[in-house]
Amino acid sequence: MILIHCPYCDEKRPEIEFANAGQAHIARPLDPSGQSDADWEAYLFIRANPRGRHHERWRHIHGCGRFFNAVRDTVTDKFETTYKAGEPRR
Amino acid sequence: MSGFRLKTGGRIDRSQPVMFSFDGKSYQGFAGDTLASALLANGVMLFGRSFKYHRPRGLVAAGSEEPNALISVNRGPGRFTPNLRATGIEIHNGLNAFSQNRWPSLAMDFGAINDRLGMFFPAGFYNKTFMWPRSFWDKVYEPAIRKMAGLGDAPTTEDPDVYASTYAHCDLLIIGAGPAGIDAALGSMDSNKRIILIDEQDELGGGALADPALWPWLERSIKALTNAPNVTILTRTTAFGYYHDNFIGAVQRLTDHLPEIEDRPREKLWRIRAGEVVLAQGAIERPIVFDGNDTPGVMLSSAAKVYAHRYGVAVGKAPALMASHDSGWHDIFALAKAGIRICAIIDVRESVDSALMHEADRLGITVYLNHGVVGVHGRHGVSSVDICDYADQRVRRVDADALLMAGGWTPSVHLWSHSKGSLKWRDDLGAYVPDQPNENVHCVGGCSGDWDYGTGAVIDMLPTPKDQSRIKAFVDFQNDVTAKDITLAVREGFRSIEHIKRYTTNGMATDQGKTSNLNGLQIASSALNKPVPDIGLTSFRPPYTPQTFGALAGHAKGALFQPTRTTNIDSWAQAHGAVFELVAQWRRARYFPKPNEDMHAAVNRECVAVRSSLGIFDASTLGKIEVVGPDAAEFLNRMYTNPWKALEPGRCRYGLLLREDGFITDDGVSARLAPDRFHLTTTTGGAARVLNMMEDYLQTEWPDLDVWLTSTTEQYAVIALQGPNARKVLEPLVQGIDLSPEAFPHMAIREGTICGINTRLFRVSFTGELGFEINVPTAYGRAVWEQLMAQGAQYDITPYGTEAMHVLRAEKGFIIVGQDTDGTVTPFDAGLDWAVGKKKPDFVGKRSMARPDIIAPGRKQLVGLLTDDPNLVLEEGAQIVADPNQPIPMTMIGHVTSSYWSETLGRSIAMALVAGGHDRTGDTLHIPMPGKTHTAKVTGTVFYDPEGARLHV
Amino acid sequence: MTRFSAFSLFAKALSGHQNWPEQWPDAAPKPGYDAIIVGGGGHGLGAAYYLAKKYGITNVAVLEKGWIGGGNTGRNTTIIRSNYLYDESAHLYDHAVKLWDGLSQELNYNIMYSKRGVMMLAHNVHDVQSLQRHINANRLNGVDNEWLTPEQAKAYCPPLNISSDARHPVLGAALQRRGGTARHDSVAWGYARAAAALGVDIIQNCAVTGIRRDANGAVEGVETTRGYIASKRVGVSAAGNTSVIMHMAGLDFPLESYPLQALVSEPIKPTFPCVVMSNTVHAYMSQSDKGELVIGAGTDQYVSYSQRGALHIVEHTLAAICEIFPIYRRMRMLRTWGGIVDVTPDRSPILGKTPVKGLYVNCGWGTGGFKATPGAGDLLAYTMAKDEPHYINAPFNLDRFRNGRLIDEAAAAAVAH
Repeated sequence: MILIHCPYCDEKRPEIEFANAGQAHIARPLDPSGQSDADWEAYLFIRANPRGRHHERWRHIHGCGRFFNAVRDTVTDKFETTYKAGEPRR
Repeated sequence: MSGFRLKTGGRIDRSQPVMFSFDGKSYQGFAGDTLASALLANGVMLFGRSFKYHRPRGLVAAGSEEPNALISVNRGPGRFTPNLRATGIEIHNGLNAFSQNRWPSLAMDFGAINDRLGMFFPAGFYNKTFMWPRSFWDKVYEPAIRKMAGLGDAPTTEDPDVYASTYAHCDLLIIGAGPAGIDAALGSMDSNKRIILIDEQDELGGGALADPALWPWLERSIKALTNAPNVTILTRTTAFGYYHDNFIGAVQRLTDHLPEIEDRPREKLWRIRAGEVVLAQGAIERPIVFDGNDTPGVMLSSAAKVYAHRYGVAVGKAPALMASHDSGWHDIFALAKAGIRICAIIDVRESVDSALMHEADRLGITVYLNHGVVGVHGRHGVSSVDICDYADQRVRRVDADALLMAGGWTPSVHLWSHSKGSLKWRDDLGAYVPDQPNENVHCVGGCSGDWDYGTGAVIDMLPTPKDQSRIKAFVDFQNDVTAKDITLAVREGFRSIEHIKRYTTNGMATDQGKTSNLNGLQIASSALNKPVPDIGLTSFRPPYTPQTFGALAGHAKGALFQPTRTTNIDSWAQAHGAVFELVAQWRRARYFPKPNEDMHAAVNRECVAVRSSLGIFDASTLGKIEVVGPDAAEFLNRMYTNPWKALEPGRCRYGLLLREDGFITDDGVSARLAPDRFHLTTTTGGAARVLNMMEDYLQTEWPDLDVWLTSTTEQYAVIALQGPNARKVLEPLVQGIDLSPEAFPHMAIREGTICGINTRLFRVSFTGELGFEINVPTAYGRAVWEQLMAQGAQYDITPYGTEAMHVLRAEKGFIIVGQDTDGTVTPFDAGLDWAVGKKKPDFVGKRSMARPDIIAPGRKQLVGLLTDDPNLVLEEGAQIVADPNQPIPMTMIGHVTSSYWSETLGRSIAMALVAGGHDRTGDTLHIPMPGKTHTAKVTGTVFYDPEGARLHV
Repeated sequence: MTRFSAFSLFAKALSGHQNWPEQWPDAAPKPGYDAIIVGGGGHGLGAAYYLAKKYGITNVAVLEKGWIGGGNTGRNTTIIRSNYLYDESAHLYDHAVKLWDGLSQELNYNIMYSKRGVMMLAHNVHDVQSLQRHINANRLNGVDNEWLTPEQAKAYCPPLNISSDARHPVLGAALQRRGGTARHDSVAWGYARAAAALGVDIIQNCAVTGIRRDANGAVEGVETTRGYIASKRVGVSAAGNTSVIMHMAGLDFPLESYPLQALVSEPIKPTFPCVVMSNTVHAYMSQSDKGELVIGAGTDQYVSYSQRGALHIVEHTLAAICEIFPIYRRMRMLRTWGGIVDVTPDRSPILGKTPVKGLYVNCGWGTGGFKATPGAGDLLAYTMAKDEPHYINAPFNLDRFRNGRLIDEAAAAAVAH
């Protein structure tokens, strides 16, 4: 069970307090109806799924309830950093 | 010496005899004995039969690495445990132990025929045969193979035991309490660190327990640690797995060593998060591979020392040593000092340290250097041993009655490897040792390769003049893997050690290769003519030793497996004979049968009551979310398919929620209480999902919106009062709300009190009748319910359950998300076009509804179905075809989603998703069922009161 | 190829098993092939075998970065069934089940396909509706699947707890009698041996590091840790690592890779006669021929290539097993392990062509790929040989994520209301 640092609570807490929310920094298009089918597919379904450095979202669902972003290595499962939603990609 | 029990010595308590039984025969041991030491003391050499060849097997080890002596223990009904190691079973009065994998008895086992036929069962034999005739596999071969395989018998009844679990946190976790682990604990004891020291044995000390010279130190150390307030000592506790971020799983055995379990927990799961971990797990001695090395009486020399000095038991009256490592010499000297006559020392090396030679000489022990064992005589025990002089290949016989193996040491790097620490190969040790850590952890003592056992030669197996193909030199004792199985695997092209392991099953037995992996690697290395590091290393995986399902999960049994959520009114339903069903995590009253009523009769009565007078229903499980803030209406407008901004305070609206992929995920009626406040409802199962989804959009897509979401599902009990007499019952109980149809129309909400309790009163209907949903603070739910029951008695108020609710809503064509829709249905498919805001530029899921396949013709659409036979109730999930006479596979055009008997209509009704269904009204479709094909006509989905006249009264 | 039989085993035994040949040669890469399969699991080896056997393309290499069968093929719980709801899925998996039947004889390698029956439990009214929908659809698709009452289910699987006061009582079950298990390693080895006998090169310890494309964008070969290998036809069957390979061709895929754990108990005498699955309680189990109870756990929630799962997942799985089979609480967990499963948005596989000419893909099998092994291999081979999908795998294309024609079995099972 990995330990996750919540940037809002500023504490490392066990994974069972958190819900993973998929790849980070995929912004919902401001004008969905103006998107081509291919663009919309990319937004909905296409994922980086990298072997290595990965940007992902977590929600401290059984804590403060906030969504935040993280950089984690998918081979070692170790976190590089976590940061608040809305902050620039690291 | 009485039998094999030495006159003195050992840590057993000779003043406390213990009576136990093995295979029905009674034996006596002493407190402090294991089943292994006690049986050995009684001269028992034969402990079990091997997995494949059913060869007689005795003890190899004295600890948890024991591969052979697997025992079943029966502690009464439901307390049968197979496959325990005799070396880990502490005896107690009344212990009832059995050998396994033999029939009819341990001494005479018919399965041993496999041993005679062993030449036909090499590694992988099952891949090469049992293919003809084809039909024999299922009926003949496989059942026979299955019957031969397996070790102990499975339990047949549920255990009555209870199990405990805990989370623990510490600064320093030390795993293994031998001298290295104890030193580590002593060294940190005076700091402020919270320390946990765990060991799998019943007392601390590890290897020191077999070294009387260390006992005074051990006693002082244990006393110091026990008195230290910051040190927690856990004995009989196995650290079985090392997980991410210094998270260690351990199981503590609490009562297995006690004569009576009573009602104490049997085992306890410890989940330990440690700042720093010290692994002090020691090292395991390696057996030596030679013909007959599995004969009972052939064992590890370190084990013989443990039996002599810890338990006061001689493993034989004249043991010999077969060594490739100095450590065996020290062990044999220790045996000699305990008064055991030593038959001989045989060492494969041409020369050894002169100090060893002098000590052997001083003790009068015959030494054979440059010799190796090439044969063992005796079937159920060693009677003599053939040794070969490698200088001239001459074979001589020595009269040993036990043979000790000292093949060097294998550091226990299991947990280190679980933690993903790297390993490096050391040629001098012939073993892998820890290299770079992946967590805050380090190894001390034997498991780091740091020991004072001396040196040795690294060998794959003993040279022998015999024909290699005719001998049985075992590598994995339990799985019956021989050296020639491994060379066969290599010959057949299996080169990776993982392939060799899987083909031969070497290291896959219940000891997980603790004594066999390194020998297997060495043999493969020789056969492939490649250095060991080039052929890889099999992964170490949790658990370190097998752990019971009960220990790992027993704390979550029965009611604790998953809590059942119940409403405040549930107790009333229970008291009034409700039959319940499980919906998501809730239990809900399904119907309220009167005496002699079946479900059908009860539901019919409940439905008729609602339509003709009055029904009452517990709707508390519906999800509820309070949406508050200046942008609340804008937020809902973006989330739901329909428009929300124009909804007036005091009014309700049906909300339809899609996923971003355009498919329906939830629905519910929601109310605007004030310009900046909404009371949302969701489906029972969808509450948490919908809240999470809304939070996601609010926090990460639209953080500019000033809105707050709060789950209020458990804040309100909800009572649905439905039927033409609903208003009449409410009128005397409600204050502050004008209930007249003009002042309080359908789809409105008012706040006031009922029975003096604050209420949010919805005028809504999921039945098609005049209806109210009364929201009161949860704690008042049952009280208000009972008041309504009393007030409604004059109208024969009838409690109804989810089944009647389903029928009533289906008569009106109201969908249930998850039943009439699955995750592939759009609003248009469901006939809910009216709930989609055509003018809205965007809402969640809108773009996806414009994708090519979603706008293509022929999608499955929700329709009503009326069977030609009005008495026939279709099966929910029945498939629909247009042409019943087509061959299989048929083209299916849809399926029945909901189907009921409608007592109100006097006939069956159904809803179905049918391809192009909206254009098929009036068509006859076919529903092929086993034995008969039914026919039905496509209709609209509203079967009752299509104008909605009954709602607006 | 030495023919395997009881007779050859007997004859070889008399000579001390000294002259068994290699089951497949350890091939070194040639400069080029007519077709390359990336990934030496059951699916990839199967594809190579069928390319050579059925479609006449024998100059084929299988490139495996480790040892064959070492990925999900050797890490799964070996369940075989085809009682899927949608026509597309039922046809796909039943194609595989038909190939499983007789595969031991076809490969002359006993892969131990055991038709012991797969039983799926219903624990609530919604489950009952869902399973009956499956049974009805399966019947009209010619796929066997039948409804059992709780008593019938217990008769078929005596360890089952059908007490009505269980937290999740058993209300019935769907049984596919043709479902069962097979020996996973043997499947990889059997295909490898049979493919090698037809001329296929099985190349281990050969990781693909790049995909080379010509001026028109079409595939012309792969870079590997053992040098460049030319081929105009490359089929990728790399399970959890598919995204990584596809990036080499400049393609982003609708995939995410998750850790999935499984575990076995110590071996015991026969106690559990079939395969039981419960989606509601999240447990599935069978007993191997060796006697181990084989138990599948759930996935961890985050993307990972670590092949390492968390303890709480195992705890939950065992709690679920003990809830349905309380007699096993004294059984002991012997070994746990993790695999990497590649999951698509609709949890159905992608099997067909890619936007890159000459590049084909077989991925996205999630937690259920083993059962499809022969079918997936055959269909990938067909698609590569003909440069167009077979009608069975045509629906499992990449386009569905764009046009919305998803094949979502899990969504069809829906959620409780």
